[in-house]
Amino acid sequence: MWMWREFHSVNLNYFQIFELETKFNVDLATLESNYRKIQSASHPDRFVTATSTEKLASMQTATLANEAYQTLKSPTLRAAYLLGLQGINAITETSTAMPVDFLMQQMEWREAVEDNATNLSGMHRLLRNIKQETITLQQALADELDAKQAWQAAAETLRKLQFMDKLREEIARKLEILED
Amino acid sequence: MALLQISEPGQSAAPHQHKLAVGIDLGTTNSLVATVRSGLSSILVDEDGHNLLPSVVRYMPDGGIEVGYSAQAAQSQDPTNTVVSAKRFMGRGLKDIDVSQQPYHFIETKSASGEMLQIETRAGIKSPVEISAEILKTLKARAEKSLGGELVGAVITVPAYFDDAQRQATKDAARLAGLNVLRLLNEPTAAAVAYGLDNASEGIYVIYDLGGGTFDISILKLAKGVFEVLATNGDSALGGDDFDRRIFCWALDQRLAEQSKCTPLNAQDTRLLLTKAREAKEWLTDHASAQITSVLSTGELLNVTLSTKQFNELTQTLVTKTLAPTKKALRDAGLTIEDIKGVVMVGGATRMPQIRLSVADFFKQTPLTNLDPDKVVALGAAIQANTLAGNKGDNELLLLDVIPLSLGLETMGGLVEKIIPRNSTLPITRAQEFTTFKDGQTAMSIHVLQGERELVTDCRSLARFELRGIPPMVAGSARIRVTFTVDADGLLSVSAREVASNVEANIVVKPSYGLSEEQILNMLQSGFGAAESDKQARALAEAKVDAESLLAAIEIALEKDSDLLNAQEIQAIRGKMDALRANIHAGASHAIHEATEALNLATEEFAARRMDASVSHALAGKNLDEVNF
Repeated sequence: MWMWREFHSVNLNYFQIFELETKFNVDLATLESNYRKIQSASHPDRFVTATSTEKLASMQTATLANEAYQTLKSPTLRAAYLLGLQGINAITETSTAMPVDFLMQQMEWREAVEDNATNLSGMHRLLRNIKQETITLQQALADELDAKQAWQAAAETLRKLQFMDKLREEIARKLEILED
Repeated sequence: MALLQISEPGQSAAPHQHKLAVGIDLGTTNSLVATVRSGLSSILVDEDGHNLLPSVVRYMPDGGIEVGYSAQAAQSQDPTNTVVSAKRFMGRGLKDIDVSQQPYHFIETKSASGEMLQIETRAGIKSPVEISAEILKTLKARAEKSLGGELVGAVITVPAYFDDAQRQATKDAARLAGLNVLRLLNEPTAAAVAYGLDNASEGIYVIYDLGGGTFDISILKLAKGVFEVLATNGDSALGGDDFDRRIFCWALDQRLAEQSKCTPLNAQDTRLLLTKAREAKEWLTDHASAQITSVLSTGELLNVTLSTKQFNELTQTLVTKTLAPTKKALRDAGLTIEDIKGVVMVGGATRMPQIRLSVADFFKQTPLTNLDPDKVVALGAAIQANTLAGNKGDNELLLLDVIPLSLGLETMGGLVEKIIPRNSTLPITRAQEFTTFKDGQTAMSIHVLQGERELVTDCRSLARFELRGIPPMVAGSARIRVTFTVDADGLLSVSAREVASNVEANIVVKPSYGLSEEQILNMLQSGFGAAESDKQARALAEAKVDAESLLAAIEIALEKDSDLLNAQEIQAIRGKMDALRANIHAGASHAIHEATEALNLATEEFAARRMDASVSHALAGKNLDEVNF
């Protein structure tokens, strides 16, 4: 029987917390069901009438489970976390040169967002295109991280994925303004 | 001694005894209290058989306080001393409120803790927290009379879209009313519990909750006893009241059109006409037109007729206003309307046909209205209160809720940097590191904000505080780690530590709009009118109760899980327990507190190991899958 708190001192990573293999392609159903099992045992609602030390242990465990779950649920955060385990911080390495064709593509995306800024159906069409591109990048990440273990290539793909995420957030913000 | 009979949560003098816990829906217009009896959640009625308690508080000429129907009946004749919809003012400053249509004398007090809106009545200056506390006291008395004993605690519901200041104000009101808050629960989540358990539902549901003064939309995933909030949004200043006000303004326009000149309404007539407007709105739910007739204090007769069609046109923008938050919540959850299995209608205002039609039109399905929209929140809160008080076995239901609005910090240029994004599952902790920008800098100021906008001026300021005692260092070399924790009530706390030197600076964040701890203590003490000796007796009684309940809890834990400790560790804990017992016997409250703290500290490792074991057990077992409704 492993000890939950060993995460802090030993080497239990977020995947091991949920009894998952440490890889990009995770079984999302197991992740969700194990997250719920951990929460059902540790959530502060279970310790409303408990002693203050038990409340503290509950807060720490439930908070950690939330953090780990949110990280693994998101493909982008999950990939960044996996690379982090390899000692690669893909997010802060912004100085790394991106391939020219991707930079060109970025500019095209951005122009498309500006051109459609006041056009609801145009924005929704863009969102669909972004979703398609996002899925393609996630498939590439799975290949690079799990099959090839090509960390640097994965870091580059991850940065592309992060760009798509930001673009999607930007569109969501513009949509909110349009809808208000 | 009577004081010792206070039954506290965790006290296990009679561990299998049913603990009296209630759910309270503290509404803008009406409030309710419910409890679970013989496995069924039911509303507790007053002596006259009323379910609802109008959220109206009147300060009487004789110094007394009336709450509910009698206060409501007097609101037109005594408008400035009769406060309705106090919930709209909770955790708010004057600039947040449209004072032009309110009959009250508002006052804004500036204290160390910031600006806070207050109302001048004949009983003196009253804060919305104190006014709400009167409503809670009435419900507490109703529950204790009806259940025949003191309450262990209450779950109090708040709009999901309430910010930290509004939540804190609600918790403060409960404290003033002498209620032990088991949890602040979001209203739509409470409704989902009542609905989900009643209908054995699974899948993704939307709760559309339009109350008297607030609008919430929550999207939940219901599965096997787990209620997971995926996203929430809303408008904490939009509700049925606004529909009344549209009718009120329309009626005034009619009056203006008929007369060449007319005098502005006084406070009494304003209240009278608002009441007539509310009655007209309710009448239009199942009639084609409503007549508004009233004789004003000047003797002038106002007589107008409003058709359903006119009413719909007047309120169309209000109905549309609920759809923008709905779209945001769907997008945040990454869902489309095709994913939604059902839409549950909550709140009295959802009785209006134009609301139901517009929701049906948006979601392309008929909304669910089979539960009483006025009662469903209180019924759900009672179910959760029963679980939290420990009346049910473990794993019966689990609520995973979210923070409704992002938390951030002020950065250079008046911009807000988000630390915790909206819709993060609670509880959550996030740390952020800061550094000094001057050589030898020993203090740093931090401004915490809540909201989605980019500019500081567009967000709600929750707290400003200074970190002091930073060891002098070269600019940029200090590393100050500020940790933000949002607990399961949705309330924020902040702590800070200089990482290099390990200097801890603990900060208590009180929202800029809230009551200070000192103000609450003063109100509590003046309420009790306690003499110094009474206070000491009370402090001692409370210290003993706390100590006894801790001892009992640890005895149970040792009985169950002593295999997690070695003989030496057990002996150490036993030693602290004996010391605490000796102190209880000696009877000095300060020494009891210290021995209680020492025992708490001695059991930290034990608590952590028990948590480990419990989580391991949960992962190995299938207990969650075995849960059935």
